[in-house]
Amino acid sequence: MKPSVFLPMWLLAGTVVLLFLLNLSLGSVSIPLRSIWNILWGLDGDESFIWHNIIWKSRMPQALTATVAGAGLSVSGLQMQTVFRNPLAGPSVLGISSGASLGVAFVVLLSGSLGGRALSQLGAVGEVALTLAAIGGALAVMALIVYAARKVHGHVTLLIIGVMIGYVANAVIGVLKFFSVEEDIRAYVIWGLGSFARVSGNQVTVFVCIMAVLLPLSFLLAKTLNLLLLGDAYARNLGLNIRQARLWVIGCSGILVAIVTAYCGPIAFLGLAVPHLCRGIFRTSDHRVLLPASLLTGSALALLCHLIARLPGFEGALPVNSVTALVGAPVVVSVLFKKRRNDWSE
Amino acid sequence: MMKKKEETIRLEHLSTGYAGRKGPKVIATDINATLCSGELTCLIGANGAGKSTLLRTLSAFLPPLAGEVWLLGRRLEDYTDKQLAKVIGVVLTEKCHLRNMSVADLIGMGRSPYTGFWGSFRPEDYRIVEEALRLVGIEALKERKVETLSDGERQKVMIAKALAQETPIIFLDEPTAFLDYPSKVDILHLLHRLSREMNKTIFLSTHDLELALQIADQLWLMDRQQGIWTGTPEDLALDGRLAGFFPARGIVFDSSTGLYRIDQAYTAEVRLEGTGCRAAMVQKALRRNGIRAHNEACSTCCIRAGKGTDFQLLDHEGHVTTVRTIRELITTVEELLQRP
Repeated sequence: MKPSVFLPMWLLAGTVVLLFLLNLSLGSVSIPLRSIWNILWGLDGDESFIWHNIIWKSRMPQALTATVAGAGLSVSGLQMQTVFRNPLAGPSVLGISSGASLGVAFVVLLSGSLGGRALSQLGAVGEVALTLAAIGGALAVMALIVYAARKVHGHVTLLIIGVMIGYVANAVIGVLKFFSVEEDIRAYVIWGLGSFARVSGNQVTVFVCIMAVLLPLSFLLAKTLNLLLLGDAYARNLGLNIRQARLWVIGCSGILVAIVTAYCGPIAFLGLAVPHLCRGIFRTSDHRVLLPASLLTGSALALLCHLIARLPGFEGALPVNSVTALVGAPVVVSVLFKKRRNDWSE
Repeated sequence: MMKKKEETIRLEHLSTGYAGRKGPKVIATDINATLCSGELTCLIGANGAGKSTLLRTLSAFLPPLAGEVWLLGRRLEDYTDKQLAKVIGVVLTEKCHLRNMSVADLIGMGRSPYTGFWGSFRPEDYRIVEEALRLVGIEALKERKVETLSDGERQKVMIAKALAQETPIIFLDEPTAFLDYPSKVDILHLLHRLSREMNKTIFLSTHDLELALQIADQLWLMDRQQGIWTGTPEDLALDGRLAGFFPARGIVFDSSTGLYRIDQAYTAEVRLEGTGCRAAMVQKALRRNGIRAHNEACSTCCIRAGKGTDFQLLDHEGHVTTVRTIRELITTVEELLQRP
């Protein structure tokens, strides 16, 4: 890695730590950093039991969830943009989030009417079922996209197919809702809003552990991704097994999105916007730089969005998706404008 | 030091095409030909003759429908992807839509078959990239971003990438397409020099017939009906293959120059006096207008294109008209010929 990459990378890492601490500190109850320090390290201070609880039961899990979810979505977005060679590819655009939603909808909405029990009452089994359903749905859509990608050549066509898959998924969800019990629909709608706050306790540990394994694994694809940038034929000529490589990359990014979506609900724009931000910051297309950069930027942005969503006055009532969209959409638009300018100068 | 030319690729009864759902779509059958190291070979044929398919088959992107491709004494299908990456380098027509990648990084991609899991460079890899930049003569572009390059520069970068790949064989699919004329010449000169200096086998497809006839060591003429003819441009000229290669009207093979030119039908004749460059230009301009101008034409009119700065036109009554440019000359000659 070049020295010019180190400084921004460390700055990014520092930003993530800072935002993490701010997430612990700020909220409806403001806790000073010194007290947070004491609570985190179990030091004796005059911190009240309530603060202790707020940190460990509420803010810590949420901050961890946001950090890991942001990282997962961003890394996945970067991989998709490279493998589909499309700057507009991303978990939500290609209908993968919709696929996950459909999977969840099947499980949540049908468990009540078919199984006779609302999923929300099933506890841990229900959680596992939810996760698996989201992964299944996301991968099914992924498979469809991969199939379509081999048949159609235009990237715009592929995006349109992704958007259409999203519509179909939403339509099916609508039908499912019609046949579902009230309680399940509410559970589904809340899931569908997307939030870093819902994951709690043991689930956070599981979620963080899974991602702590998957994210480093996704880094193993750096050289493959770099070769894929050149296009299929060149990559093949350089000794890459395209079919296998594509499968690995799409599988990896699909699983990342699926797991994040299963735990946090569909989170829009992060996966799309962060890779563009990173390319802008580092001015490189080398995935050995972009992968860690996306991970850090994704974490930072997710933490920032979560912080904004919980600003005093909103009290957690602001859905995180509104914030990510407000932050992400301008990024995407600026990328498009910049791209157009470059194209003219070519 | 001149290295020995050796046969590197041999095609035996090769059939190319695509394995479709409704049976194979055959593009070309029974191709027998060889390629040699230290030579620049150009593949020529009309659109749809199967040039790209042949190149794709030779680069192992497509399996052959029948027959064999021998590569350095081994069957093509016996190579793994990784081994092939060190034997064949390709330069394709498709543009890479790369952003934020420097020229040096792109050329460095050519090193990927040799680098380890992360693709990190050893000092040797940096040296080879520098060497490739030098050989292609684009040291100045090293730090430029790929998206800011012109088409010609980009083509050179891709050639440098193929050089960094250190393959004995390089295939190029229409490397001169979309380039302006000097860039075309530049690229072909470069490839010719590389084939000589590095003793590489260079095989490219092109539509630039004129240039290929002048610079290629070997030609492969490809046609859907007649199959493939191979040989030096001069041999193919002498045995009439080049003359017969374009059955369509409008192109004639000029055997004195060994080049093609556009065939124009003549409707009139006029006598031309004078020699040298000015007379040749008059001849050329009139040929385009369907008028054959030469020394022994039986015409009552006569054009004098001498050493002076103007042209003289004598009509059948002996009137002399003097004009300064060929444009005026053409107008006057046409008026003259239309008179009853």
